[in-house]
Amino acid sequence: MTSFAGWQMPLRYGSETAEHQAVRHAAGLFDLSHMGEIVVRGPGAGEALDYALTGFISALRPGRARYTMICAADGGVLDDLVVYRQGEQEYLVIANASNTSVVLSSLEARAAGFDAVVADATDDYALIAVQGPEAAGILSGLTDLDLGAMKYYAGAFGLVAGRPCWVARTGYTGEDGFEVYCRPADAVAVWEAIAAEGAPAGLVPAGLAARDTLRLEAGMPLYGNELGPDMTPFEAGLGRVVKFDKPGDFVGRSALLALASAAPARRLVGLTIQSRRVARHGYPVLADGVVCGTVTSGAPSPTLGHPIAMAYLNASTDARDAVLTVGIRGETVPAQLTDLPFYSRSR
Amino acid sequence: MSIPAELRYTAEHEWVSVEGTVASVGITDYAAQQLGDVVYVSLPQVGATVAAGEPCGEVESVKSVSDLYCPVDGEVTEVNAELEDDPSLVNAEPYTAGWMFRVRVAQDSNGEAAMPPDLLSAAEYEELTKSAS
Repeated sequence: MTSFAGWQMPLRYGSETAEHQAVRHAAGLFDLSHMGEIVVRGPGAGEALDYALTGFISALRPGRARYTMICAADGGVLDDLVVYRQGEQEYLVIANASNTSVVLSSLEARAAGFDAVVADATDDYALIAVQGPEAAGILSGLTDLDLGAMKYYAGAFGLVAGRPCWVARTGYTGEDGFEVYCRPADAVAVWEAIAAEGAPAGLVPAGLAARDTLRLEAGMPLYGNELGPDMTPFEAGLGRVVKFDKPGDFVGRSALLALASAAPARRLVGLTIQSRRVARHGYPVLADGVVCGTVTSGAPSPTLGHPIAMAYLNASTDARDAVLTVGIRGETVPAQLTDLPFYSRSR
Repeated sequence: MSIPAELRYTAEHEWVSVEGTVASVGITDYAAQQLGDVVYVSLPQVGATVAAGEPCGEVESVKSVSDLYCPVDGEVTEVNAELEDDPSLVNAEPYTAGWMFRVRVAQDSNGEAAMPPDLLSAAEYEELTKSAS
């Protein structure tokens, strides 16, 4: 167990490597109840979110989801989010646990001019994720929803193990999978039902450690590592989430527009570390022996069998023509520029 | 969690077993569980002089890296080459197949291995892990 943003979280249940492999080859079950849930509802909810976030949220059809960001006026990233449109006038915003209060207060302030109500619903939801190639088969046996017909980044209200849930085909592992939002009082029953249904197919409970190596292999950013208030969506290679062509103004628009037309000061890259030692968060990256950037996340990749990392490199570095190395506690270790993601599932 | 009674321990979670003047060293079951899956172990060179309380290697797991502290003074006589190919032995069998290195320890006036006075008994080490968690 570990403390995380005020929650007691399972870092691992057994071996994090085995948990990682189970998600890649069968399925894993995650307790993500720490994530923040914020409801935005009302006739002006969509417009309020269009103004508050970088995405064109009101364009979502009910039952669809969007990965998006909330930025400060200067274009820095306050959090990355998933937004579900649960109804014509109802949206559910999922924030990182450590940012929930910032996202909530920002949404409240930004929605003030709209006909919309913003409410923290974090304590109303437990979140249980089933991720992996066997996830759809496992969950289908427990729900009245037609999961085969549910598209990626879609969601619907239904029953799981007889309990009312919002079930969405979303996740943070690079695999197919589902996120089940249920009432906290139902969480144990839902967890146990999925665990029992999935065990014959190889499903195991999986902790934060496996979640981190899974998302790193999938090239997905983690707030606090690849994203933060001093970083922009463009530096992170996620400029696509900023929708300048949506109607109306949005917070950060003019700063982001300027950032979009200029060359970013640094850019996020993938690195393959040619050593058994792991390049971890904060370690320096060198080009031809000169420090040119910093590792943001690093881990031994269970799927690839060698350490991988994401790093921000100064834009002035011509990394493709330089000899790249990483400083690992006094040792200089060769690193190779690698396209992100490190891993994508075969579809 | 296992803490064999016949071993001595350090506050940094190494175990020591002494046979004659040779001390075998590894990390405890508690340490291995705290680290999680070990992916790489960096060990001292055979022939190196090591000093009690000094770092002499590293244990790298999926989530973290930790210094390996030498529990005794002496000269490294052997390292566990098996860990090069299979570092997960540290998790699976921390007190047996997951041993890390052996040190020839100087003899005291009785001809026995001169061990630092601050090594912990199994009972003392168990107390330490309880107060840590």
